[in-house]
Amino acid sequence: MTEAKHVITMLVDNQPGVLARVVGLFGGRGFNIESLCVAETINPEISRITLVTRAEPLVMEQIQKQLRKLINVIKVRDMDKSKAVQREMALICVKAKPEHRAEVLRIVDIFRCKVVDTGIEHYILEVTGDEGKLAAIINLLKPIGIKKIARTGIVALFREPK
Amino acid sequence: MEPVEYTLTGAQILMTILQEEGVDTIFGFPGGAVIDIYDELARTPIQHILVRHEQGAVHAADGYARASGKVGVCLVTSGPGATNTVTGIASAYMDSIPLVIITGQVPTHLIGNDAFQEVDIVGITRPCTKHNYLVKRIEDLGKILKEAFYIARSGRPGPVLVDIPKDITKNRIAYTPAEPVRLKSYNPTYQPNMWQLEKVISLIREARRPMIFAGGGVILSKGSSALTAFARKTRMPVTTSLMGMGAFPGTDPLCLGMIGMHGTYRANMATGACDLLIAVGVRFDDRVTGRTDAFAAQAKIVHIDIDPTSIRKNVLVSLPLVGDCRITLSELNRLIEAIDFGDLTEQRRGWLDQIDQWKQTGALDYDQTTVIKPQYVVETLYRLTQGQAIITTEVGQNQMWAAQYYHFDHPDHFITSGGLGVMGFGLPAAIGAQVAKPRKQVVDIAGDGSIQMNIQEMATAIQYGLPVKVVILNNRYLGMVRQWQELFYDKRYACTGMEHAPDFVKLAEAYGALGLRATTPAQVETVLMQGLSSPQAAIMDFWVDREECVYPMVPAGATLTEMLLV
Repeated sequence: MTEAKHVITMLVDNQPGVLARVVGLFGGRGFNIESLCVAETINPEISRITLVTRAEPLVMEQIQKQLRKLINVIKVRDMDKSKAVQREMALICVKAKPEHRAEVLRIVDIFRCKVVDTGIEHYILEVTGDEGKLAAIINLLKPIGIKKIARTGIVALFREPK
Repeated sequence: MEPVEYTLTGAQILMTILQEEGVDTIFGFPGGAVIDIYDELARTPIQHILVRHEQGAVHAADGYARASGKVGVCLVTSGPGATNTVTGIASAYMDSIPLVIITGQVPTHLIGNDAFQEVDIVGITRPCTKHNYLVKRIEDLGKILKEAFYIARSGRPGPVLVDIPKDITKNRIAYTPAEPVRLKSYNPTYQPNMWQLEKVISLIREARRPMIFAGGGVILSKGSSALTAFARKTRMPVTTSLMGMGAFPGTDPLCLGMIGMHGTYRANMATGACDLLIAVGVRFDDRVTGRTDAFAAQAKIVHIDIDPTSIRKNVLVSLPLVGDCRITLSELNRLIEAIDFGDLTEQRRGWLDQIDQWKQTGALDYDQTTVIKPQYVVETLYRLTQGQAIITTEVGQNQMWAAQYYHFDHPDHFITSGGLGVMGFGLPAAIGAQVAKPRKQVVDIAGDGSIQMNIQEMATAIQYGLPVKVVILNNRYLGMVRQWQELFYDKRYACTGMEHAPDFVKLAEAYGALGLRATTPAQVETVLMQGLSSPQAAIMDFWVDREECVYPMVPAGATLTEMLLV
């Protein structure tokens, strides 16, 4: 049995303690959370949690069932990549000594991201994209030197039928 | 005419809703955070049983719930009162018992301030309650309480905790009754899928060596008569888990006894050899399955349960069926009513003969010589009570012998901490059961280690005139651990000697109960008769064989069919 990465999208009651319940479930049963993103939806009584976990198929089945069992959880779906739009945003603080500055700006141009802060020795870039794009830009920036990075984790929505 | 609005305090709202939910008994222990609740409680007809330790309150509510079929209710104060309930709550969670636990909390403006007797009990019990609440506004109190009862008793039952800050119990609002509970995020499935049911019936017809495995879920859904009818109609032998004892009559010829680590020889062998296993209201706990990859290796497994998370968690099954046990079994009974299974009996003659042969193996025989055998005590108890008593147990060897030698023909008569295995459960649970069933004989089968964990509840029994009987199988050891040390650790009895025990007879008398002791086999019956017939609570101390072991035993990691018999 092989572990695979899964993106789970959930609708939950927007109440204190609900997130603690979801996260506690993962910790308590030895499931793993790679990333987690949560915010209100259009309906202020409902929040959406998007989380990324890695597990074998039988364990994934347990995870989904255990999540559904929680009283405050309204809906749980495992997102198949092909049927959903997935994005992540990252703020990347890059070391930018004079010899690297042009290169960084060229990368910014190629990936169509933005410079949101600058200083004598650094840039802060704002990047949004799917996981492939983020992985690629981080790879290119690593040799130049990434000082800090803050990622949101994946958010995703199912595509609507055309 | 305008509906009359009247103002009520939080404490009064609580009392109103408790009575609306049919609560007539609470088990509790007062304190500062709940003093306003107690003030109101005293003005209602609700009976309050004052325990001596909050853990006792929860176990008593648990025993009460199992014996009565109602939701058990406890009331404790904040801080240490609340933390003392955690073991009891975790046990009820593991065994799926409907409880509502009301904990007091410091006033809302002090929450998070490290106030006197403040704990985040909602945080602490999040993993071991079916759900829990902190009431932050008095406007929410009514709705929360009604939801708590609904959640506790519906679907797969479980404990629900409601944490109520002290200021909310004193505040007043114009009270309007809460609307009926409707939770969009919680909708248990009670009705099974009809197509799946048809498949079950064809599997039964095809099977040559079928059997039923029934558990606590059957009892919780009150499906015992449906199960009994189903088994007898289809003529399938039945084994039960520890939590399912009494779901099917123990004295019925089709009954195989308990399955699992200390199950009967024939139940375990049958499981290994069957070609169809219909599992109802069970969760395939590790004490039952032995090695999961070898469990019921030759069988197609049908798994009927109300909780989808139990299905395919430990054991892969051929036919999963989500639904309430009683409703599902009743539907099956309706579908098979017109079918005559008589023709199958002949084809299965070999299977039933094989099971009879396994029954002759005599793994549960013992030699009653000059030292009292614990099994003899339980068998004599069974005989003297005609198998009609409500039996609670502690945990360990005493628990296993109770399950092996007392045969339960009815549900709600065997009350034990199965999933969590709490030593100290039996005495308070017996108290709760006695409150629920005042005219029944209630007996706690205990070990000398376990009984000391909640011995203080003897005072509760005496205060309320509850004639619970405690049968101590006293071997001056922590018996089950000692057994493992004997079998697997070359008899290195590390820290399991309990020679320093109180004189239980004097202890009983100190509490105002009857104290009796038997040290020879000849005294066993006399002591039991005297204790059982006494109108008061009694402790009967039986000095049993110190190194007796529970057999059969499936060692950890072994297959169910690889039992140790001696």
